[in-house]
Amino acid sequence: MIDTNIAVKRTEAPISMLPALATVRRVIWETDDTYTLLIDPPRANGRSFAFSAGQFNMVYAFGTGESAISISSDPSRPNMLAHTIHRVGTVTSALSRLRRGDTIGLRGPFGTAWPIEEAVGKDVCIAAGGIGLAPLRPVIYTLLRRREEFGRIMILYGARSPLDLLYRVELEEWSKAANAEVIITVDRGDSSWKGHIGVVTGLFSYLKMDTPATLAMVCGPEVMMKYTCEELERRGLAAERIYLSMERNMKCGVGLCGHCQFGPKFICKDGPVFSLPQIKHLLDRKEI
Amino acid sequence: MKPQDLTESLHEHPFLNNMNEELLKTLTSCASNVVFNEGTYLFHEGEDAKTFYLLRSGRVVLEVRGGERGQIRIQTVGAGEVLGWSWLISPYKWHFDAFALEQVHAFAIDASCLVSKCETDCHFGYEMLRRFSEVLERRLEATRLQLLDVYGSAVGERGENY
Repeated sequence: MIDTNIAVKRTEAPISMLPALATVRRVIWETDDTYTLLIDPPRANGRSFAFSAGQFNMVYAFGTGESAISISSDPSRPNMLAHTIHRVGTVTSALSRLRRGDTIGLRGPFGTAWPIEEAVGKDVCIAAGGIGLAPLRPVIYTLLRRREEFGRIMILYGARSPLDLLYRVELEEWSKAANAEVIITVDRGDSSWKGHIGVVTGLFSYLKMDTPATLAMVCGPEVMMKYTCEELERRGLAAERIYLSMERNMKCGVGLCGHCQFGPKFICKDGPVFSLPQIKHLLDRKEI
Repeated sequence: MKPQDLTESLHEHPFLNNMNEELLKTLTSCASNVVFNEGTYLFHEGEDAKTFYLLRSGRVVLEVRGGERGQIRIQTVGAGEVLGWSWLISPYKWHFDAFALEQVHAFAIDASCLVSKCETDCHFGYEMLRRFSEVLERRLEATRLQLLDVYGSAVGERGENY
């Protein structure tokens, strides 16, 4: 006897579960182990691929597997998608071997966005650690494109070493924007490095933040975000004005499989961007 | 700079935030203005720690001698921060080299003068120790975070780790 229910379920699977084909335009190596895939996005019914800053895609390396990767390009240029990827395993290694013209599968965009409209009229503090700068890059593009709508822009960025810094040319360009500051620190520097050495939380000493007028967006390793949020609160920034982007091992991308469960939340569906009060009690807790 | 001007300038330094006038005057009597040119050392590891600095501008990098690895740069300290607490703790020797990455303007506080004021005025001594303890606690926390090597763990974006 044929189980018709299974067939029905399969045919009615949401479109978000079906990868669309996308073409690789270029692979840019940012560091020894991190690269940016520039992609011609798929077009659905002739429409361009729209996304919001902070969202992610499920990127499929055919024959290998699928991985959740943040979108790191400018939302105002939906005809060119960028994903900055840390090569750490089989999927990300397979993606790193792609060349111009190769095809990948793409599902998305998924997840919540950074609160850019809430930041209008305020100073914005962006604190990023390591590859955490990638999900914040679309925010920076947006802030700079709509420069007059925001107050001061403070970009604090920490990396392991000078060789691990992402988007070096852009960091330089962003620092030249009106009323914008970019402060970079590394955990380890040699004599050729003239910038700051130390953790990213130490950089707040160099900012005189008008905390009642500031909104912060934070992304990086969880422990870095925990300490950064504590530092922001210690300096008087209300928790409601602090947003962070979480990461877990995402599989389905739509809150069905449970792989990315984070306490009562699913990172893929309820996040990845959360306000601090939403998840503060879960940060840095074991078995979450 | 006149003592009164120096007191006013010291008052603006974050380390002395909200310190009352009387205590500030006590501290001023041990303070002077100093400038270090870019590329010079403020002090060297193993030397007697006779001074500490409240940085006003410029950046200093702390270096530790790493044997065959040469000089290892472990931390930078900049405007608004405190440089040095070895004057406070036996054996009163610097544990690092301090190198000016840029021209540095700072208040230098004479340690023997300060210790003598702390010993004769317990309120002043407690206030200084309380402020230094905060600096020490924050440096310790930063060092622990640095030791975690949070950017070195093999986890990619959005939890991709395979």
